Amino acid sequence: MDDQLIIGNKRIFNRLFVGSGKYSSNRLIPHIMQESGSQVITVAVRRVDLESTEENLLNHIPAAAILMPNTSGARNAGEAVRIAKLARAMGCGNWIKIEVIADSRYLLPDNQDTLKATEILVTEGFTVFPYMRPELMTARRMRDAGASAVMPLGAPIGTNQGLKTRELIKIMIDEIDIPVIVDAGIGKPSEAAEAMELGAAAVLVNTAIATAGNPVEMAAAFSLAVKAGRKAYLAGTAPVFHLAQASSPLTGFLDKDNGDL
Amino acid sequence: MSFYDLIQHYRGQNLSEYLYGFTDRDILRVLCKNRLSPEDFLALISPAAAGHLEKMAVKAHELTIRHFGKAIVLFAPMYIANYCVNQCVYCSFNHQNQLERKRLSIEEFQQEAIKISASGIRHILLLTGESRTESSPEYIEEIVTEAKRYFSSITLEICPLSRDEYESLIYSGADGLTIYQEVYDENVYKLMHPFGPKRNYRYRLDTPERACMAGMRTVGIGALLGLGEWRTEAFFTALHAQYLSHKYPDVELSISLPRIRPHTGSFDIPYAIGDREFVQIMLAFRLFLPHVGITISTRERAEFRDNLLGLGVTRMSAGSITAVGGYSNKNGNGQFQVSDGRSVDEVRQMLYQKGYQPVFKDWQYIQEGGRHFAGN
Repeated sequence: MDDQLIIGNKRIFNRLFVGSGKYSSNRLIPHIMQESGSQVITVAVRRVDLESTEENLLNHIPAAAILMPNTSGARNAGEAVRIAKLARAMGCGNWIKIEVIADSRYLLPDNQDTLKATEILVTEGFTVFPYMRPELMTARRMRDAGASAVMPLGAPIGTNQGLKTRELIKIMIDEIDIPVIVDAGIGKPSEAAEAMELGAAAVLVNTAIATAGNPVEMAAAFSLAVKAGRKAYLAGTAPVFHLAQASSPLTGFLDKDNGDL
Repeated sequence: MSFYDLIQHYRGQNLSEYLYGFTDRDILRVLCKNRLSPEDFLALISPAAAGHLEKMAVKAHELTIRHFGKAIVLFAPMYIANYCVNQCVYCSFNHQNQLERKRLSIEEFQQEAIKISASGIRHILLLTGESRTESSPEYIEEIVTEAKRYFSSITLEICPLSRDEYESLIYSGADGLTIYQEVYDENVYKLMHPFGPKRNYRYRLDTPERACMAGMRTVGIGALLGLGEWRTEAFFTALHAQYLSHKYPDVELSISLPRIRPHTGSFDIPYAIGDREFVQIMLAFRLFLPHVGITISTRERAEFRDNLLGLGVTRMSAGSITAVGGYSNKNGNGQFQVSDGRSVDEVRQMLYQKGYQPVFKDWQYIQEGGRHFAGN
């Protein structure tokens, strides 16, 4: 059976989601998607210009791609809701990644307002993906509100620091029964693989690809790493021991003399 | 506490003497740090740092790419009125200068807007001189309401207003404010602004903060380079940006480095600064405030602007005309001479050649914007 992620009515076979900001040219986007095989791309509604032909970001996105518009620039729940509705009115579909950020220095999301926006947008019929600080209780509330997945950060946006929030994300993966998609902070393919080995449903990578020396090659590398990590997770990674396993176990004698039992 | 109090704190100290005390070792130590203090900023604009520009540039480049990517937001200025009651000694709009005064009617505004938006520009900077009778907040509101039909982001560079007036303008559709202190040295400020409401140093100094409180999304500040001693001017600009950024973390702050240009009227630039000093200031801003935008206007010449690209710039104006009505009618005196006369398309091509994405649209007007109306 194919290993697929089903969200809404979409079937996703490639678990690397990509971003569309920070590239030296939007013309790179189709190549990135082709080389990596990525199906899902997030797009900032603030950057979409339907009136421009050449500079319209949407014109560079392959028709088969699944569009995940995001509410970048929203400072509170109300603004996120308005941006989401604009995305729908622009013809960007029903998916929405909620970003509510009221701190321009660290770009950390506001979980409270993100939850508020999630509640509103689910009732408005959106397929909602809240971007959040990894925190189990809020993630549960987002799930209860009807979020289709949760997107905890691995490290602050753009920092390429890797899975700094590893333990918190692991708890979310273990406890939440909707997909956990690690977004932000992943700097290297090995870190994407690490997230997938933990059991993340997918990872979203932008800065690490967009600002790489060769973004197209880097996207392909991320795609391979995501596949490797996913395969390892499904295979069941071998347990880790802190002590070597003695070849003559201390309790070996119990096996030798079991004829009396 | 307002920023004025913070300035007072530093005013008592002998900054110049301090600046000359830094050594090469101090500069290298600062370059190894991730989070810089105001004292570290002083080190970066000190004479000792002038010998380390390349190292500063490498770090500034890396920080800019990390925070902003390989993308530059483009905007265009539109002068909608040049009536002015002030007598800024360095400005061609000076009340005493013989200059044809004009204010755009709605129809004239539309003509200008059609011209500018046809070039692809979606971020507009609307400018006026200071005259509450000729360019009243009501007039500006009318223009902003109209501007929404053509542009997706509207920034104002107008006379200082009250918080309530900014809230009304945000409600009408403005999302950004640019307000330069011109010169942070209060004594020089008084010399440069002998008459008119602009003489009130403190009211102007507190203007960006009133805009932040009103809920402006983006706020730009800067010192007009050339009016005061550049090292201390750069220092107070950086401190001002840091103060606002700490107090209003949801506002996107940006710093401009307007370098004074020749204009109508006669004025000798007291502290003319060269390209090396200009670059040193910009690099120091980037290292001190990695998340803050840096804007470069067409006051700077084309080749110099192109070379600044990798060093921290995040926003550039393009195809600028600084005369009222100048996009549709080529006559008229501008506020300053434009040095980079390239068209929007030429700047766009240059950015692609340099490996940068020209971003024409980075904001989407959403109704009922602003903190006041969002209920916070």
